[in-house]
Amino acid sequence: MNQAVDKLTIDDFTSDQEVRWCPGCGDYAILKTIQKLMPELGKTRESQVFVSGIGCSSRFPYYMNTYGFHTIHGRAPSIATGVKLANPELDVWVITGDGDALSIGGNHTMHALRRNVDLTILLFNNEIYGLTKGQYSPTSKVGTRSPSTPEGSVDRPLSPCAIALGAGAPFVARSIDTEMKHLSAVITEAHTHQGASFVEILQNCPIYNDGIFEQVKDKKIAPDFRLEVEHGKPLLFGKDKNRGIRLNLEKLALEVVTLGEGAELADVLVHDQTNLAQAQLIAAMQSPDFPTAVGILYHKPVSAYVADLSDQRLKLREKRGAGDLGKLLRTGHTWQVK
Amino acid sequence: MEEAVTPAQAAHAEHTVDSIVVRFAGDSGDGMQLTGANFTDDTALFGNDLSTFPDFPAEIRAPAGSTFGVSAFQIYFGSDDITTSGDAIDVLVAMNPAALVTNLGEVVPGGLIIVDTGAFNEKNLNKAKYDVSPLEDGSLDAYRVLEIDIQSQVIAAVEPYNLGHKNSLRCKNMWTLGLVLWLFGRDKQATVENLQKKFASKPDVAGANIAALNAGHAYGETAELPSGIEVYKVPRAKMTPGLYRDINGTTGLAWGLLAGGQLADIDLLFASYPITPASSLLHTLAARKEFDVTTFQAEDEIAAVCAAVGASFAGSLGITSSAGPGIALKMEAISLAVSAELPLVVINTQRGGPSTGLPTKTEQSDLLQAVYGRHGDTPLPVLAASTPADCFDVAIEAVRIATRYMTPVMLLSDGYIANASEPWMIPDMAGYAPFPVTFCTEQEGFSPSNRDPETLARVWAKPGTLGLEHRVGGIEKSYSTGNISYDPDNHQKMTDTRKAKVDGISRDIPEQQVALGNATGKLAVVGWGSTFGAIHQGVKRCRQEGLDVSHIHIRYLSPFPANLQALLCGFDKVLVPEMNTGQLVKILRSEFLIDAVPLNKVSGQPFKIREIINAVKAEMAGS
Repeated sequence: MNQAVDKLTIDDFTSDQEVRWCPGCGDYAILKTIQKLMPELGKTRESQVFVSGIGCSSRFPYYMNTYGFHTIHGRAPSIATGVKLANPELDVWVITGDGDALSIGGNHTMHALRRNVDLTILLFNNEIYGLTKGQYSPTSKVGTRSPSTPEGSVDRPLSPCAIALGAGAPFVARSIDTEMKHLSAVITEAHTHQGASFVEILQNCPIYNDGIFEQVKDKKIAPDFRLEVEHGKPLLFGKDKNRGIRLNLEKLALEVVTLGEGAELADVLVHDQTNLAQAQLIAAMQSPDFPTAVGILYHKPVSAYVADLSDQRLKLREKRGAGDLGKLLRTGHTWQVK
Repeated sequence: MEEAVTPAQAAHAEHTVDSIVVRFAGDSGDGMQLTGANFTDDTALFGNDLSTFPDFPAEIRAPAGSTFGVSAFQIYFGSDDITTSGDAIDVLVAMNPAALVTNLGEVVPGGLIIVDTGAFNEKNLNKAKYDVSPLEDGSLDAYRVLEIDIQSQVIAAVEPYNLGHKNSLRCKNMWTLGLVLWLFGRDKQATVENLQKKFASKPDVAGANIAALNAGHAYGETAELPSGIEVYKVPRAKMTPGLYRDINGTTGLAWGLLAGGQLADIDLLFASYPITPASSLLHTLAARKEFDVTTFQAEDEIAAVCAAVGASFAGSLGITSSAGPGIALKMEAISLAVSAELPLVVINTQRGGPSTGLPTKTEQSDLLQAVYGRHGDTPLPVLAASTPADCFDVAIEAVRIATRYMTPVMLLSDGYIANASEPWMIPDMAGYAPFPVTFCTEQEGFSPSNRDPETLARVWAKPGTLGLEHRVGGIEKSYSTGNISYDPDNHQKMTDTRKAKVDGISRDIPEQQVALGNATGKLAVVGWGSTFGAIHQGVKRCRQEGLDVSHIHIRYLSPFPANLQALLCGFDKVLVPEMNTGQLVKILRSEFLIDAVPLNKVSGQPFKIREIINAVKAEMAGS
């Protein structure tokens, strides 16, 4: 079955369906990145399953020439869990958005992560409801004006990565729709990880929330607003890489320092992707006080749900033997009527 | 209380009765369910036909002595076929005043009441709202009352085991069981063995319980009991020869699903979320992972059905289970399975509604939900189990239809069937024809929209199959390619096709039979689900009186069997008893334009036989 894996190209993973996102949508870039990445992952088309919920991003499976299931709003993690339970051999991807995964489907996202089901969850975060024409979402910044919040939203947004870490996800990363190289690297790691992996992709909606991530995307200013984390490397950013993140031990909080201005390189926190407390601090960093962290924020493998379940069953079968229905029907009290 | 001669009164004269109803009632912590289960074993071994029904409170440990904490177990057994757990109580065992006051209304005049006088103290009398002890004010004069200080008897009997006062009293139920076993001339050996097994690691506890059991039995043999209290004789029933066991509806469904999975040659994913009274199905299957079933306790009802749908997409059979409120939450995902044309079995163990309603009581009020309760035009087949044993066969049938037609199937059970038990002749699985699933593997001409021309079932191509990569979803699909389609004519065609597929199932199910009586006549009593037993007995007794009445019981509620309309039209009148405000009757009237008459009961309790008889007679008198 795998004989042709090394010969697959982007075309093999591109379906014959016409892509129907708005012109300029960040989803195009993500789609292209993943279609291009698939041959590099060395997997067959038939072993890949893309499951999505509802929203603009959830149209994604139609455009992948793999198995795909476009389901209902918020429930993709649950459906994907069923797919993985039924056939652990499959690579199961969840394509979701900020409304899908964190509003209507928040509960399922949380439980897929804490259960550690071996799924690769890609959350396209555009901080808006696109498909329903522009209402604010649970990740929209305070003051977001939308058809349902004409005076601006007053409720506070949540951070997808902080939620994922809080739910116990063993792999949490953040990347950007148009940064193909960075996105490819992050998704490759996420896909390789055994267990639940969660990737937040900052994605521009040119129609309803255009430019919301410009600070981290615009090549001219991004160095001052974006911190690319790398395991074992100091948390430095800025055009001249002269600004860093220091842990203020008295306040138990992060702070931005400038090298040579009362801080040395040794003061700068070194990224340790296996440190949950540190990951939570870095994930929560936001403008204007901090740069936005991108890259693998946290990665610490723990045993995965479906594998543990299979082990349990194997042990049970060793003890009891394979199920025998005839015997089962005769367990307990029986009596003969003559 | 209209029947002139009750079985118990007959016993007074002859000591031999055809059938009898015994109800054990006490505090939740008194062990009445265990007592009842053991009495059931001993009665089955004796050779009576029987039916049982546990009736327990929603509270897990209600305050001792309270009326809402009374837990009861009823058994109806006899020498003829027994199909309900009985109308009125012939023998009531009341372990405290609360158990007496909550059950007295159902005891037949002249019935036997056994009370533990040790529990009739001021505190317990107050909790049962008795100003004066009913044992002293003459209010029980219409009954035969056997007053025994069971507590003192038990403490004396188990003294050698040094269990202490509290633990000694826990053996009260076995003492009482010993007495009741004597009363009906039952052998206590099965119970002795059960106790030895149950308390294998605690020989003292086993010994004390057995000592209590023996003491209760000896008490009956040796004590001078009041006149009129003698051993009952209930002759053996004539049952088809074979190997039997007890089965309740939950076990019937669980084993039926396992059997269905084997007949279909497919793995099962059973995904559920705890809810009364459906949870025990999850427990039963979770304990059977040596079979090809995976159980998944999801984070909520929606996740449970979604995991099941995902499993079906991946090539297993997804099954989910709940009660009415949970089914309501699952409906969107069930509709997705209808749209994506994936197999799914949805089991609803119905309970009293709406909302939390009566979680531990039974009702049949989710039929319209099952048949119609979804968004869009979303037809799916609906089946109902009529007895605990029937659950086994209906579960197999649900698996067959779901996999053969690539459709969700709704299977209705209820709180009564789930918990009630009856003797079941263990079937020979060789008698069941296999219905193996075929997955598509052929690349040539493959489209996810391909259909079986006969069943109209969509092709099932599971992920992992080379060359059959495809996408499905909830958006309307092109009839010819399976790709997204917003074309108006296509939507009409797809809607028509989904309906035709489900309608076509009526050609693949048995014709509707008459359960009892003639195929034409004056009155048909038409039921579905757990009312089977009461209707069957009611119709039987009416027929013995010469009334022209038949019993028809519908397993296939949607679509109906092809001959049902013609069959019903052969009767002058149709009476439809249901534990709801009239749901099947509404469907029959709208589908067949017949003037069916409802008979409704929504008290959380099953129909009594006499309620059916009265309704039949009223209908016949009016004709």
